[in-house]
Parts: sequence; C-alpha cells; structure tokens
Amino acid sequence: MRLKKDTPAERILNGIYNENPVFCLILGMCPTLATTTSALNGVGMGLSTTIILTLAELIISLLRKIIPDRMRMPAYIVVIASFVTMVDFLMEGFTPGLYKSLGIYIPLIVVNCIIMGRAEAYAGKMKPVSAFFDGLGMGLGFTIALFLLGSVREIIGAGTWFGMKITPVSYVPVNIFVLAPGAFLVLGFLVAVMNRLKIGAGRRPGVDPAQGNMCGDCMSCMKLGLCTGREACTENAAVKEAVPADAAAKNNEGKEGV
Amino acid sequence: MEIIMIAITACLINNVVLSQFLGICAFLGVSQKSDSASGMGMAVTFVLTLSSLVCGVIYKFLLVPFNVEYLKTIAFILIVAALVQFVEMFTKKFVPSLYEALGIYLPLITTNCAVLGVALLNVQNDYDILTGTVHGFATAIGFWLAIVILAFIREKMVFNDVPKPFRGFPIVMITSALMSIAFFGFAALK
Repeated sequence: MRLKKDTPAERILNGIYNENPVFCLILGMCPTLATTTSALNGVGMGLSTTIILTLAELIISLLRKIIPDRMRMPAYIVVIASFVTMVDFLMEGFTPGLYKSLGIYIPLIVVNCIIMGRAEAYAGKMKPVSAFFDGLGMGLGFTIALFLLGSVREIIGAGTWFGMKITPVSYVPVNIFVLAPGAFLVLGFLVAVMNRLKIGAGRRPGVDPAQGNMCGDCMSCMKLGLCTGREACTENAAVKEAVPADAAAKNNEGKEGV
Repeated sequence: MEIIMIAITACLINNVVLSQFLGICAFLGVSQKSDSASGMGMAVTFVLTLSSLVCGVIYKFLLVPFNVEYLKTIAFILIVAALVQFVEMFTKKFVPSLYEALGIYLPLITTNCAVLGVALLNVQNDYDILTGTVHGFATAIGFWLAIVILAFIREKMVFNDVPKPFRGFPIVMITSALMSIAFFGFAALK
C-alpha cells in the first residue's frame, strides 16, 4: 500500500511502522530502556513524549521562516525545553504517581533524539499540518514500542500487566526482567524479531548502531541531518562535520526515493 | 566519607550506562574501537566534571536567589551547550594537544543525556557544589569504564558467527545485558 507523501495518514503510518523510531531508527534509547519497567510507565513516557513532540514540531514548523538558519539549534532547544517544563508541571500536578516513577526522565525528554531529529529532519522544512501529524505518528510509534517493551518486561518480570495479576499462581516472576539487564535483553530480542520479519519479507534488517544514527549524541545527528538512520557517522564525524546539512539531507532524500 | 561513598555508588553500583541508562547513544555509537571509545570516555569525563561544577554554581547563585528553580531544565541544557562550545574553542586555541585527543568527540556530547542527567540528579539529591562535582566526575569514570569494556568485547565479537537477525544492534544489547548483570556484583560494596 502506497499512500500519498506527507498526508496525515501517511505520516502516522510512517511513524508507527515504516520508520518506527525505536525498532527501525534506533532512536531515543535512554527513555526506552529506562522507563519500561512496567507497561504503565512505558505508556506514560510514550504519551508525554508524543505531546511534546507534536507541539514542538508544530511550533517549529510555524516558526521555520523566522528562525535564522545559524540559530536554529538553540531556538529548537528552547522550544522543546519550554514544552518539557510545562509537561513536567502538569504531570507533577495531575499524575503524581507516574511523575514519581519516571523521575528525572521527564526533564530528560529535552535531549530525546527523536524530538531533536524530527525537528531538524522534518519540522524545520515542512508545512505545519504535515509536521503536526509527523510528530503524532512518530510519538505513537514510540508509545507503541514502549508499551510492547514494558508489557513484556512486566509480564515476565512481575507476572502482572498494568498492575493486574495475569499469570497463574504457580508462576514465579523472573525479577531480573524488571531490573536493568532485562531492559537490554528484551530490547535486543524484540529488535532481532523485527529483523527476522524484515529479512523474511525481503527487506533490509534494522540499523547497526555503528552504521546508524548514533553519533554519540542527538544534536550531531540533527546537525548532520542524519536522523533517517541510514548513514554511518561514528568514525568520520569530523569529516562529515564539513558537509553542509543541506547536502546530507539531499543525500538522504535520494536514498529514501530508491 | 560520605563523598567517597557517593563516588563509588555513582561509578560502580549505579553505573550511569548499565543501570541508569543515560548516555546510551554514545555507549552504542562510539564503541566500535577501543581507542575511540577511550577518547569518548575522556571527553565525557572532562565535560561532565566541568558541567556539574558550572551547573551547580549557576543553580545555587542564580536560579535559587531569583526563585526560578523551575527554569533549571532550560538553563542547564543551554549551559551545557554553551560550555561545550567554549571548551572546544578554548582547547583549540590554548591546548592543541588536548584538542587533538578530544576534538571530534566534544561536539558529540552536547546533548548526551548523561551530562544533563547528572546536573539534574545533583539538584534532585540536594548535593552541594563539591559533592555534585565529585558525583559528576565519578559518573563519568563509570561511563568510561563501561564504554571501554564494551569496545573490547565488540572488537572480539567481529570474529564471531552471530545469527543474521541478531547482527548489529541486538547482539550489542545482549552483551550490554550481560555486562549489566556483572555490574550487579558491585552492589555488595554498599
């Protein structure tokens, strides 16, 4: 099924499936691993990121002609950080339980690669409506991934799902899945399953971290326009630094067209 | 004594990458070779220590007196970004040898979540400026340790026959899981 490019439906589907930020682009790893100790925490984190991402993309897209090119990074950061501060307050007021369990990962949404990446790769160039739905789609894709990961970890590690006991009484929960190693393990296996499905369907498997978009941080990806996750930048970050962002972006568009 | 305990906890027991999941991007992205991993670790140590200090000072003498603590997220991220730029310019001009070593890694850490995370943790735990700086330094050493170990393992892993769907990202995740289990052993230090 091919939808017309940049329409709301296409953007949402793209975010959820084609370019799912977690499973396909391997973006936003810190919150993905840290906040999925239960399905509820995962969904809470996903939804708050979705709200921030959608609004930030909308505002950045509206301001795209006003923000001077050289000043765009600080401008994006201020827009994103303002929304994060607002969401931080709202969650503290209305969902104190979730606020407590997510802890510092709420203010850390500021440095979530997905938001920076989409701001640079999409919202800074596109019309507000497409940018809004791009944010929504990416956010929902992120939420679904966090929900999956959180569900697997909670069911195996605690025997519950959204706090309800669902496993038989004889089942002894494997505690380590709720702890730190479980996060790495479950995400590794989930991505492997996704890769297997893609290989079966004759598509390229997911991104190798070294070939992918992780250059050590999100800002550099964003700066280089690499957040479509298809180019290596680790070793020759310095070389690529010299390549103007426009050229890199064109390069990516070309590849997407293939 | 307490400060030593905080340092050991931050470095080993609550390792920044393996148990708090901060700085994962850099951990996965720059761990192909051990020397670049080590360079990254060094750059993170440098920036993290400095940024904990500067953020602590600004929080105490600027945000608290004016009652605008809620601006800390915006303030800290801008401080870190500006600081990295400044450090880059400073080392380029005055300490070229250091710039050679850290140069390409410096711009990569501007929005490394470990840097912002530590600044926020310092505020959350009410650390004073000295404790905060030590906490930042110890956290960075923990990061360095983790990324170098992963790089050593990945250098060896090149020769292994990994099943196709597991190649690349998944196998690195599973390696990290095993490392994370190993780091649990340090909990006994408490």
